Amino acid sequence: MAKGVWIVAEHRDGALRKVSFELASTARKLADQTGDEVAAVVVGSGVEAMAAELGKYGVDKVFVADNAAFEPYTTDAHAAAVAKAVKDNDPAILLVGASAQGKDLAAALVGKLAAGLATDCTDVKIEDGKLVAVRPMYAGKCFGEVVFNAAPAMASLRPNVFPIVETAKAGAVVKFDAGVDAGALKTKVVEVQKEASGKIDVAEANIIVSGGRGMKGPEGYGILEELAGVLGAAVGASRAAVDAGWRPQSDQVGQTGKVVSPNLYIACGISGAIQHLAGMSSSKYIVAINKDNEAPIFAKADYGVVDDLFKVVPALTTECKKLMA
Amino acid sequence: MNIVACVKQVPDTEAQIKVKPDGSGIDEGGIKWVMNPYDEFGVEEALKMKEKFGGDVTIVCVGPARAMETIRTALAMGADKGIHISDPALENADAYTTASALAAAIKGVPYDVILCGQRAIDDDSGQVGSVLAELLGIPQVTVVTKVDVDGQKVKVVRPIEGAQLVIESALPAVITATKGLNEPRYASLPGIMKAKKKPVDVKDAAALGVSADAKAKVGKFIPPPARPPGKIICADDTPEGKAAEVAKLLREEAKVI
Ligand SMILES: Cc1cc2nc3c(=O)[nH]c(=O)nc-3n(C[C@H](O)[C@H](O)[C@H](O)COP(=O)(O)OP(=O)(O)OC[C@H]3O[C@@H](n4cnc5c(N)ncnc54)[C@H](O)[C@@H]3O)c2cc1C
Ligand SMILES: Cc1cc2nc3c(=O)[nH]c(=O)nc-3n(C[C@H](O)[C@H](O)[C@H](O)COP(=O)(O)OP(=O)(O)OC[C@H]3O[C@@H](n4cnc5c(N)ncnc54)[C@H](O)[C@@H]3O)c2cc1C
Repeated sequence: MAKGVWIVAEHRDGALRKVSFELASTARKLADQTGDEVAAVVVGSGVEAMAAELGKYGVDKVFVADNAAFEPYTTDAHAAAVAKAVKDNDPAILLVGASAQGKDLAAALVGKLAAGLATDCTDVKIEDGKLVAVRPMYAGKCFGEVVFNAAPAMASLRPNVFPIVETAKAGAVVKFDAGVDAGALKTKVVEVQKEASGKIDVAEANIIVSGGRGMKGPEGYGILEELAGVLGAAVGASRAAVDAGWRPQSDQVGQTGKVVSPNLYIACGISGAIQHLAGMSSSKYIVAINKDNEAPIFAKADYGVVDDLFKVVPALTTECKKLMA
Repeated sequence: MNIVACVKQVPDTEAQIKVKPDGSGIDEGGIKWVMNPYDEFGVEEALKMKEKFGGDVTIVCVGPARAMETIRTALAMGADKGIHISDPALENADAYTTASALAAAIKGVPYDVILCGQRAIDDDSGQVGSVLAELLGIPQVTVVTKVDVDGQKVKVVRPIEGAQLVIESALPAVITATKGLNEPRYASLPGIMKAKKKPVDVKDAAALGVSADAKAKVGKFIPPPARPPGKIICADDTPEGKAAEVAKLLREEAKVI
């Protein structure tokens, strides 16, 4: 019988990513309810030291596949390695981060393991000893409670939603041979083009300052960058701003962009079209700054400011700087 | 070069989604059905490849009778033929089942590239393309904004958090499209007329040998939690006064800064 709660830990540039600790903490919570162990899989090159770190967050055992062929990440190499560990050990639950890499990996695993996967979950719980995963559907216009008929029950967890909790466990490293033949791999990363360092991705940000057509042009975003700098926030955009070429595609929030749920979303010069609202209405707090008091964004906002954003935003930056000093 | 593009029919992005009172599903009344927007990028890319290298574009879709309209839309854009997998048994198909049906149908057509959307905007699960690649035993590159086919290889650009990856893959492969890849064309009037005469093969699950056992299913649909009504900040009615008030609320009431 399938047993145990597993996670796939994600790392980049020699360090575990924050979502890995969120996964470990969540897996611990579930395993405490089912009375099981938590195990993690770490696939990479020179990753044994970081594997041990997972013990701090409640991981009992860490399966490590260490091989130069695993760096950088490719779907075929990593999915084959994780699938091998899962097939050999038969866990009941497998959690993955709903990051770019985690989503890619999880979907490939569904094919390799003939499993069911709930994508981008905002809650997971145990009911009658089984996993139930809650996820937004229709870009957040409704939620679905997903139940599973195959093992492992897989869920990818939305970054930044699940709390990180320290619980000291052994984190004992078990090395395994994934049996991946580097020569047989069919995909290869030939170049990594990094964006300006320090840029926070909207999908991973705690706070997002977002601008729409009301920013009037690419120069307008300077005041949003300043506010974002003070708050440690990412800068997002509506589709109107992206389609106008003011902001990169990777910043678009909404039904055909990124679906986000930060603690705070500050919408500036965004009217609140249904496709935009779909992407951000699960944010914990929403501030809207818009000069039109009839703009639909105000229906979703906790705090609304009806005024010229070019006056309000710089003043808000000054106030936040004062408060946070 | 032969290209397959998978398309799903989904509710229009404007659609208001209402959960049925018993939580068993979505009230489909009044919904306007369209081609999944990400699949439009996939179809467009398929047509561009055809224009450059020649060959055929085959559209494959799993969906009820109404989904034929979406296949015809793709044919009107310029695709050559369609396969419509339609079977009430597949109504509650999960990603694995859907991909199994697609794989079974695609095995019967020659292909060098398979294009999918990165996710369907209704179910938002982003799995079908990847599962399809695994079932066909071919490589996959997902969520891409640029595609360059060069002989038996393809080079793609895949944005991830804070970086863009340039990935090379052998062909045949599954490629999943995201916004930024291209500007999908509109169907022209002659295109729409021609589409009516293009061949579409209709198949059911039994003909494809697909089992409809879902590995996962939505047990219950829940409407999103209602947001409590917000406040409009008036303060002293100056932009500075309002900004100060908002900053204070974010710090003291919401505790998020
Ligand atoms: C298939 C499809 C998918 C889509 N997907 C998305 C998506 O993913 N994300 C998305 O965002 N949109 C999406 N859209 C587009 C969406 O319908 C809207 O067109 C878009 O969100 C509007 O962007 P906006 O709010 O920036 O612009 P507008 O609607 O033009 O709003 C601009 C706002 O700025 C305010 N304003 C102007 N000047 C000032 C000022 N000086 N001070 C304060 N306020 C000011 C105005 O009052 C107005 O409310 C999609 C549309 C379709 C058809
Ligand atoms: C109202 C409703 C009820 C549902 N109920 C259930 C349920 O009870 N149980 C359950 O497991 N699932 C259910 N689903 C999910 C859904 O039926 C399947 O998961 C779906 O067919 C798989 O596609 P996806 O939406 O996950 O696609 P994604 O994986 O997000 O789609 C990615 C890409 O794959 C291709 N693709 C996806 N689906 C198709 C298709 N049908 N035909 C051709 N190409 C396709 C497209 O290129 C698409 O862009 C429900 C969905 C809806 C809208």
